[in-house]
Amino acid sequence: MQMPTPNAAVLSKKARIVERLQSVLPEDAVIHDPTETRAYECDALTAYKCPPLAAVLPASTEEVAAVLKICHEEGVPVVPRGSGTSLAGGALPTADSVILGVARLNAVLETDYDNRFIRVQTGRTNLSVTGAVEENDFFYAPDPSSQLACAIAGNIGMNSGGAHCLKYGVTTNNLLGVTMVLMDGTVVELGGAHLDAGGLDLLGVVCGSEGQLGVVTEATLRILRKPEGARPVLMGFDSNEVAGACVSDIIKAGVLPVAIEFMDRPCIEASEAFAHAGYPLCEALLIVEVEGSPAEIDEQLGLILQIARNHNPVELRESKSPEESAKIWLGRKSAFGAMGQINDYMCLDGTIPVSSLPLVLRRIGEMSKEYGLDVANVFHAGDGNMHPLILFDANKPGDLERCEALGADILKLCVEVGGCLTGEHGVGIEKRDLMTSQFTAEDIEAQLWVKDVFDPAWLLNPAKVFPLGATESRRAA
Amino acid sequence: MTPVNEAELAEAVAAAKGPLAVRGGGTRPIGRPVVGEPLSVAELSGIELYEPGALTIVVKAGTPLAEIEAALAAENQRLAFEPIDHRGLLGTTGEPTIGGVVAANVSGPRRIQVGAARDHLLGVRFVDGTGTIIKNGGRVMKNVTGYDLVKLMAGSFGTLGVLSEVSLKVLPKTDVIASLRIQGLTDAGAVRAMSQALGSPFEVSGAAHISGEAGQGAITLIRVEGFEASVAYRLAQLTELLVGAEGEITHLTDPAKVRTLWRGVRDVEPLHDHAGDIWRLSVKPSDAPGIVSRMPDGTRVVYDWGGGLIWAATAPGTDLRAEIGPYHGHATLIRASEATRAALPVFQPEPVRLAAISQGLRQKFDPRGILNQGLMG
Ligand SMILES: Cc1cc2nc3c(=O)[nH]c(=O)nc-3n(C[C@H](O)[C@H](O)[C@H](O)COP(=O)(O)OP(=O)(O)OC[C@H]3O[C@@H](n4cnc5c(N)ncnc54)[C@H](O)[C@@H]3O)c2cc1C
Repeated sequence: MQMPTPNAAVLSKKARIVERLQSVLPEDAVIHDPTETRAYECDALTAYKCPPLAAVLPASTEEVAAVLKICHEEGVPVVPRGSGTSLAGGALPTADSVILGVARLNAVLETDYDNRFIRVQTGRTNLSVTGAVEENDFFYAPDPSSQLACAIAGNIGMNSGGAHCLKYGVTTNNLLGVTMVLMDGTVVELGGAHLDAGGLDLLGVVCGSEGQLGVVTEATLRILRKPEGARPVLMGFDSNEVAGACVSDIIKAGVLPVAIEFMDRPCIEASEAFAHAGYPLCEALLIVEVEGSPAEIDEQLGLILQIARNHNPVELRESKSPEESAKIWLGRKSAFGAMGQINDYMCLDGTIPVSSLPLVLRRIGEMSKEYGLDVANVFHAGDGNMHPLILFDANKPGDLERCEALGADILKLCVEVGGCLTGEHGVGIEKRDLMTSQFTAEDIEAQLWVKDVFDPAWLLNPAKVFPLGATESRRAA
Repeated sequence: MTPVNEAELAEAVAAAKGPLAVRGGGTRPIGRPVVGEPLSVAELSGIELYEPGALTIVVKAGTPLAEIEAALAAENQRLAFEPIDHRGLLGTTGEPTIGGVVAANVSGPRRIQVGAARDHLLGVRFVDGTGTIIKNGGRVMKNVTGYDLVKLMAGSFGTLGVLSEVSLKVLPKTDVIASLRIQGLTDAGAVRAMSQALGSPFEVSGAAHISGEAGQGAITLIRVEGFEASVAYRLAQLTELLVGAEGEITHLTDPAKVRTLWRGVRDVEPLHDHAGDIWRLSVKPSDAPGIVSRMPDGTRVVYDWGGGLIWAATAPGTDLRAEIGPYHGHATLIRASEATRAALPVFQPEPVRLAAISQGLRQKFDPRGILNQGLMG
């Protein structure tokens, strides 16, 4: 993966930059010793590493503003960082950049049940947002699998999703407002406790902008009352096609499950070996979960089971107790861990129209053979967000490159059938160079205009999202 | 000018010598008065792709909303954000188009549960101010590839580009609909009751309050939708939850009547007969009664979104923002004479730095400043 040549002028004035940062932050909030900056050399896309010039850990919006003002004056690129769990290299530093970590900004500022929102500092982890309102039976809906670790900051940066977004939407649908610091240190407020924008929807374009438009320090998030209950069913089929048709029929029937998760045979086998959830060893498995009162759940599940039976399932398992529900979810929740046990893997994230599911799974199977690399599929089927896991051996020369080439082919296939490169993980550096397979030069240019306006000096996370060639003249300016 | 396809639309914009006034069905003349040669997208019409099993529809921007709703209804689906029909309130005629719905980001009572038009918009194609065709988003439900210009286009009132095609997420239509009606609540009492209902697990899909004089003649409505048994259950649970509140509770279960009633809320029917100006405010629900109390005497109001949306009917020429003083949220002057709309900011004035960003974006997308020039101020 190509990264821009570090700016020699910036590298040569490291001492001065560090000194200036130290003048506005407590001593322990400026990390510049090369042995310590290593802690920030990568995110969860661990194949790529580069220690930053320095890392700073401000503890207030004012400190963030002071840091950005200095970096702006010195012409230093800044890479905002939440918890560093990005799978796309979104938080990967360059050697001439300052990592701005928001981990110390983790307070709950306001909880308001009457108006159904919570205001938090963005370094707070996703799960601990729900944790703060749980005792009153409320929750924050977007639930990425990484929710124990990832921060609201990164969720906003990537517009993250989760297993329950079929019903509740992704981050952007649950974000009411932010406090954000622009690259020159100006603090702005977008949105608030009210709904929708009074002018252009700037909040809408900031969400998912991968740390390139501003540093988000506070967020107002919609919270919801927990449903009375939830219950899953598990169904096994002897082909991916049939499972795909079943998903489509469920959706068409007018039930809106909170989650429809799909696993294929390689994934079922791996997670069985690891978690022993008692899954049937079949070609395709669906977990469908519905919510509501006990009677509502019965009614919806009745309809779903009837649809499933029309597709001759090899297994149909309805949960009757919380223990059984947990068991049904166990294998799905351990899928990534199970894969990690047997192999190195790369997790793709393309989205496809649900109608193309059987075709895409078949083509992935063929490509997997051509490349000689196994691919396991586990994904959110209701919304078409695929997660093909390509298994490879990082110690084997050439395997990573082959894996990346296969990944690129799979993502191009997603675009070809009417989908997109990334449904929830973001572009980062990982899919930067594939952007031209989905967008024309004009489509990309229009996106660059937005960055031109928010960050005219092009200093915020500048080497991400867009092909380097498309941004070179701007970054150099 | 009335281009019949996207290429012609692009040519028309590229060839324009002066300002253009972009229109779809012309049923939502919201904004500052615009001068310019009329550019209609009404001929860019038709459903391009509808996949009920994928919950998505792709349509050309000039497609009549009614045509889309009919196609969806045939598959037992709908646009869940329940776009308001502005014709009654604004005294307009003509056919609302989907482009207008998106450009004005219009939603109805169900916005409180499922989100606004912007939350259901999956992708756009549009022509910028130089005549270049640009696309963003797509037709899948989860997509974070590049910046979300889809959100930026929703509610941009044709000032960043002329929409040629949009794709939308659709949802299943519900079987059964019913409503609770509470009579005689004060505004503050109504917002409290609506908050309780919306904060319950009983999946309220609408919460509105038609204000009366000190509660006299006031009506508060709470809507539930879904499967039959579930609706009955939730209606009962909500009643139990709210019996403590003052006011008399009745159940409305005749589906035709309940639908008509909520269409009335969506389209703000109680204010149709008003002769003066109409304002629309988005605020924190619990702030709403206080804000309304600072409005001039005689102002009539309807609350939707559990109190978060206020429709206010004022005397012509009233600067409502000045009357209510500082508040959080935004106010839009939806209906007023041209003179008033030229004199008062129609959209909420933004703080200096954000105004500069909005202006900067318009300048990039429309460097000649020819698209609905000045409409948003
Ligand atoms: C095991 C595992 C499972 C995962 N499952 C999911 C899943 O189910 N769904 C999903 O969507 N993602 C998932 N992810 C991806 C990842 O967790 C998300 O992208 C997450 O939102 C990143 O949050 P973070 O705080 O770690 O952000 P980081 O990795 O630190 O940063 C992510 C991006 O946000 C930007 N950013 C960070 N802070 C700020 C800020 N304050 N202001 C502006 N921009 C900022 C960064 O520059 C970067 O571009 C998973 C990752 C792992 C490792």
